[in-house]
Amino acid sequence: MLEIRNLHASINGTEILKGINLKVNAGEVHAIMGPNGSGKSTLAQVLAGRDAYEVTQGEVLYEGKNLFDLDPEERAREGLFLAFQYPVEIPGVNNTYFLKAALNAIRKHQGQEELDAIDFLKIVKEKMKLMEIDESLLNRSVNEGFSGGEKKRNEIFHMAVLQPKFAILDETDSGLDIDALRVVADGVNKLRRKDNAVLVVTHYQRLLNYIVPDFVHVLIEGRIVKSGGKDLALQLEEKGYDWVKDEVDNQPVQA
Amino acid sequence: MSTETDDIQQLADQEYKWGFVTDIEVDAAPKGLSEGIVRFISAKKNEPEWLLQWRLKAYRHWLTMTEPRWPNVRYNRIDYQDMVYYSAPKQKKQLKSLTEVDPELLRTYEKLGISLQEQERLSGVAVDAVFDSVSVATTFKEKLKELGIIFCSFSDAVREHPDLVREHLGSVVPAGDNFFAALNAAVFSDGSFCYIPKGVRCPMELSTYFRINAADTGQFERTLIVAEAGSYVSYLEGCTAPMRDNNQLHAAVVELIALGDNAQIKYSTVQNWYPGDKEGKGGIYNFVTKRGKCAGKNSKISWTQVETGSAVTWKYPSVLLQGENSVGEFYSVAVVNNYQQADTGTKMIHIGKNTRSTIVSKGISAGRGQNSYRGLVDVKRGATNSRNFSQCDSLLLGDKCGAHTFPYIEVKNTSSKVEHEASTSKIGEDQIFYCKQRGLSTEDAVNLIVNGFCKEVFRELPMEFAVEAQKLLGVSLEGSVG
Ligand SMILES: Nc1ncnc2c1ncn2[C@@H]1O[C@H](COP(=O)(O)OP(=O)(O)O)[C@@H](O)[C@H]1O
Ligand SMILES: [Mg+2]
Repeated sequence: MLEIRNLHASINGTEILKGINLKVNAGEVHAIMGPNGSGKSTLAQVLAGRDAYEVTQGEVLYEGKNLFDLDPEERAREGLFLAFQYPVEIPGVNNTYFLKAALNAIRKHQGQEELDAIDFLKIVKEKMKLMEIDESLLNRSVNEGFSGGEKKRNEIFHMAVLQPKFAILDETDSGLDIDALRVVADGVNKLRRKDNAVLVVTHYQRLLNYIVPDFVHVLIEGRIVKSGGKDLALQLEEKGYDWVKDEVDNQPVQA
Repeated sequence: MSTETDDIQQLADQEYKWGFVTDIEVDAAPKGLSEGIVRFISAKKNEPEWLLQWRLKAYRHWLTMTEPRWPNVRYNRIDYQDMVYYSAPKQKKQLKSLTEVDPELLRTYEKLGISLQEQERLSGVAVDAVFDSVSVATTFKEKLKELGIIFCSFSDAVREHPDLVREHLGSVVPAGDNFFAALNAAVFSDGSFCYIPKGVRCPMELSTYFRINAADTGQFERTLIVAEAGSYVSYLEGCTAPMRDNNQLHAAVVELIALGDNAQIKYSTVQNWYPGDKEGKGGIYNFVTKRGKCAGKNSKISWTQVETGSAVTWKYPSVLLQGENSVGEFYSVAVVNNYQQADTGTKMIHIGKNTRSTIVSKGISAGRGQNSYRGLVDVKRGATNSRNFSQCDSLLLGDKCGAHTFPYIEVKNTSSKVEHEASTSKIGEDQIFYCKQRGLSTEDAVNLIVNGFCKEVFRELPMEFAVEAQKLLGVSLEGSVG
């Protein structure tokens, strides 16, 4: 579904991603873990198409297409979704209205009929229950005045409504208390299907107790230095990132 | 033709020989402004002597005035002798179908969601009898008549209700109020008159659209609205369709009078005059004087405006709060793109006790547009316990445009309270990216963000108007980001 080959990206002339290789198949959940500043969000934003980042080398294939040929909105319409680490406030724009516009843009692109307000509301009601979202969040402006936790929940709610093929969750767990974490994870798990994939970006392994990944990758200083199964997350939790760093430092540089 | 012109020239040059002229067979006055031209206009319209005198007084006063230079706008000097001040309402060239209309214009109509029928009306296509807007207007007029509401052209009002007009004309915006108001008073062509009797709530939004005999809006329009005690009226001016006009200068005057206790006037404007091309050439200068007077206790006047057009806008809809507990409101969205300039705001003059005013101004600047908010909150000594809340927000799209705020506040008693909030923000690259990540195009994203920014103003507009205004904003800002 998604294949990243030797991806290098920089911002303001500083290279942040220094050769990422990663392959995600349909039906899989991958976790990317790494210390603060290692480039996790950069990777997420580059995949979503933020133009502040410059891709200097490498390529990404998404469903066989060159991802970098697509504008950010085209990627979204092709089913790529990013739950932002820092969701953006859009004052005065009703959350439900926003989501309806988004869903219809996606449906239109995919050759489906646009939904009217009534049909859309049905979907919203259903997903609202699934995500245990408070109705008031729907009638407020997009993320405006939301608490940190509300913002994260709202991102997953967007995901539930938009039903992406490939979802990237950037630190969706940070700022959530344990109950909210469980709800969010439940929501993500219920959306897991054979034909979609999730990339969970996180600093802690806590979330991975609930969203169990098929693969775990450790990102340090812009490179994936270690990959493994779900147990790797537990090891990291126990020993910290320094352990991987030391291990890497003692290895010859990878080709 | 040339002899006719000569005749008019002569006529125009005559000082005061003929007094009343009833039968002049020409359609236009020659260029230039003089006392003779003022007399000519008045004669052409068969006006009573008092109105002629009123115009002349205004004209003489105008001669002593100079064009204001304090607004934060720049434009080429206007040559007042190089304009034609009267031409009979012309029939627009009739077209057979919309295929004869400029496709660019049709594209804009479509984006604005203007119905085919309305498109035909706007572009002067011969209208099918079934859709005859005159018949719609006639039934509409019948209804108003039953309620005792007068709604007609200014000229008709002068003829049919001279006492009402004479009593109120110039009572809020005196003939010599300012340079452009004086010019308007001297040469105004036509406009609207509206009178709501005591206790009547006007059941529909009044708009110039329904006014019978609505000739071309004209260069020097004059509107007068009088609401008696306990009455209510909501009035819509303008339309979202782009308006072109060969006259570069537009100087309208609008007077609102909430005469009796509890009278309420709500005045909404969507203004979309031609702003000039992308290089800033052409475009209309819109120098308007709009003022309302809350004379009655608990009376209320509310201005809502969405300004997207004009090359240069100069406009301060104001309220004189005389009656105790009276309320003034000003809600404004002003958009400037390319080389447009707007200097707009309001004046809230608190005179009576416990008077309250609210100002919400949303300025959007794109391209090389310059947007200024200029507002005065003046609380007089006697206006004890008065309140004002002002909020002025500016949104910048790009870095070549500008937003400026000039709030003036004067409070002459200690029991009143005035609050002013202001903010300037740039449309966030992060906001646009967030929208795009959800599948929206850049254009839709900008539209959404801008409309969100203006929400507090749009919700004051009558429903259909609000929807149109939102679309209009999108069209006005097309291509300004990304
Ligand atoms: N706008 C920027 N300009 C310069 N450096 C940046 C910018 N944004 C992020 N960085 C740097 O890029 C590195 C990776 O950041 P990020 O991808 O956000 O890390 P993570 O998400 O793993 O915490 C950090 O060292 C950060 O300081
Ligand atoms: Mg991050």
